[in-house]
Amino acid sequence: MEIEELYSRDDVDEREGRQINELMARSQTPIPDPDDWLDEELKRNVLVTSVDAVLGWARRTSLWPVFCFPACCAFELITTAASRFDISRFGMEIIRASPRQGDLMITAGTLTWKMAPQVKRIYDQMAEPKWVIAMGACAISGGIFRSSYSVVPGYNRIIPVDVYLPGCPPRPEALLYAIGLIRKKISQKSLIQEGK
Amino acid sequence: MTTALAGAKLAKQLEKKFPGAVIEAGADSLLLKADQLLAVAEYLNTAPDLAFDYLNYVAATDYYDYFEVVYHLVSMKHNHGLVLKVRCHDRQNPSLPSVTGLWRGADFQEREIFDLLGISFEGHPNLRHIVLWEGFEGHPLRKDFL
Repeated sequence: MEIEELYSRDDVDEREGRQINELMARSQTPIPDPDDWLDEELKRNVLVTSVDAVLGWARRTSLWPVFCFPACCAFELITTAASRFDISRFGMEIIRASPRQGDLMITAGTLTWKMAPQVKRIYDQMAEPKWVIAMGACAISGGIFRSSYSVVPGYNRIIPVDVYLPGCPPRPEALLYAIGLIRKKISQKSLIQEGK
Repeated sequence: MTTALAGAKLAKQLEKKFPGAVIEAGADSLLLKADQLLAVAEYLNTAPDLAFDYLNYVAATDYYDYFEVVYHLVSMKHNHGLVLKVRCHDRQNPSLPSVTGLWRGADFQEREIFDLLGISFEGHPNLRHIVLWEGFEGHPLRKDFL
């Protein structure tokens, strides 16, 4: 075999580099928290309340998380899934390897720019409705690596985040609390706001 | 356990073959002249009583005045080891000969050093970014980065 054949082609790497640089240029400001609908009390509770109640119940009691564990917070997440803390109490024990079957992304770890297009792609592949928990300091703001050349300063630069969970890393109890908040948020969401 | 070869003893042996190539001999290391690196490395690789057939790793450090590249060699046959060091004083266009021709394992590690410190390895078959992405400016492990 020729020695050149052993190496990846130039255009693959160039496309990857272009993709990362474009994403970086697009992602200079944080995406605002998509929770403006939480205050719209008037629009809610009209017409479809009972449908909302059933839908909200169905969605919040079978949240399926998606694999997104780039760094050390993953261990707290794994502990949360294991027997002692046991997220199967909330119908969440099936952690989906396919984003198309998941509806909650728990972003457990530092995200580098090189990894960012993949995470954005996973998020885009998830079916609506979908939610994101930014788990730990790195996911919220980049943490201690915030000023690094290679680290995304917060997942909200590339995807909208619903719940911010501080800690380095957060304890499993804290993650369970954040999941509680997400469940509360889901149950408040109405079909009327769905289009947003 | 792998025994470390005495630097001073080996330096004497190398002095006969490559006069002036060894700048300094440490306890288990040799500081070599950059332009003699490839010749000495080839001798270390092929000489039957040395037979350094395995390159453990290549590492590099920025010491402000110079870059130091370190090669950890092991002989599977004789079960002995040696550390080679080479300094690179040119900060603008640092360059060293590549040892990929002798040890294929140097490939990725030289690419990483090229990526993070900007030392170009002459004769490397595929000297491109490996950990950073295409289009990234600068060399993050240099002390004057940022």
